[in-house]
Amino acid sequence: MTDHLFLLDGETAPPMANGEIIFEAPWQSRVFGMAQSLSQTGHYQWDEFRAYLIEDIKDWEQQHSAEERGHYPYFDLFLESLTRLLNDKSMVARAEIQSRTSAFAERPHGHDHVHDQGNGHSH
Amino acid sequence: MTDHASPQSIRTEAIESLLIEKDLLTADAVDAVITTYTERVGPMNGAKLVARAWTDPDFKARLLTDATSVVEEYQFEGGQVEKLVVRECTALDHHVVVCTLCSCYPWAVLGLPPAWYKDPAYRSRIVSEPRQVLAEMGLNLSESTQINVWDSSAEIRYLVLPKRPEGSEALSEAELAEMVTRDAMIGVAQVHLP
Repeated sequence: MTDHLFLLDGETAPPMANGEIIFEAPWQSRVFGMAQSLSQTGHYQWDEFRAYLIEDIKDWEQQHSAEERGHYPYFDLFLESLTRLLNDKSMVARAEIQSRTSAFAERPHGHDHVHDQGNGHSH
Repeated sequence: MTDHASPQSIRTEAIESLLIEKDLLTADAVDAVITTYTERVGPMNGAKLVARAWTDPDFKARLLTDATSVVEEYQFEGGQVEKLVVRECTALDHHVVVCTLCSCYPWAVLGLPPAWYKDPAYRSRIVSEPRQVLAEMGLNLSESTQINVWDSSAEIRYLVLPKRPEGSEALSEAELAEMVTRDAMIGVAQVHLP
């Protein structure tokens, strides 16, 4: 079980506290879970995903000053990395993701979300 | 918490629905990964302390008298353990932790609290009828075992040192740590041999 637990370290380490990854919103844990699950089931090697993430983090750092880097949007970059990898691997085209996202965005307000298990810190 | 309808949240949902439609992913597999990280990775810090206490009497003595400084030496990331107290379970004494006011919890050693820990029913009933609540959670304690309920606060966080399971003498510290669960360190379960 431990073999894949610590695959994100160094420059690709997620925000951690208390030895725990900090998910600030449910979508962050979903995107994290998806990326790991797809690698566990052999759709890509974890290192491939990691390389995409490293690239996106470097790009972001180049576009932002040192002062702005305090709160870098790790999971936003993570989401972009997964989107790019899925597109490049011809698993899900970026255009498909965009049109599905637009369709979901137009749902009436108050739509009941399926994945609602909160894991934000309560303190 | 970020708004559920944030653009990232919608895009994540879109990706997940597409991956599921294409049979590349299941929601259960995603849940399993999240569970692993939230229930295993964090609590492993506490499990390491417990396993070492089981195998090293000097360490155990220090852990029971001054857990705060022991934890400082380990340098687990993050805060929330300014003052940590460890209570040892024996045949005569069982310990269980609650936070009656909110959900104070030793994150550094246990990761994120489970959902039921924040539940008003757990928070009130574990104080008024602990034996019954523990039994409902699957832990049946003998009538001769006294149950001590410790109320966490912003100032003091508690960690339960569970009883070392019988028959585990031959196991290494690392093997022992693998067996220690988050629930056992809250005091709502015991540690069992696999």
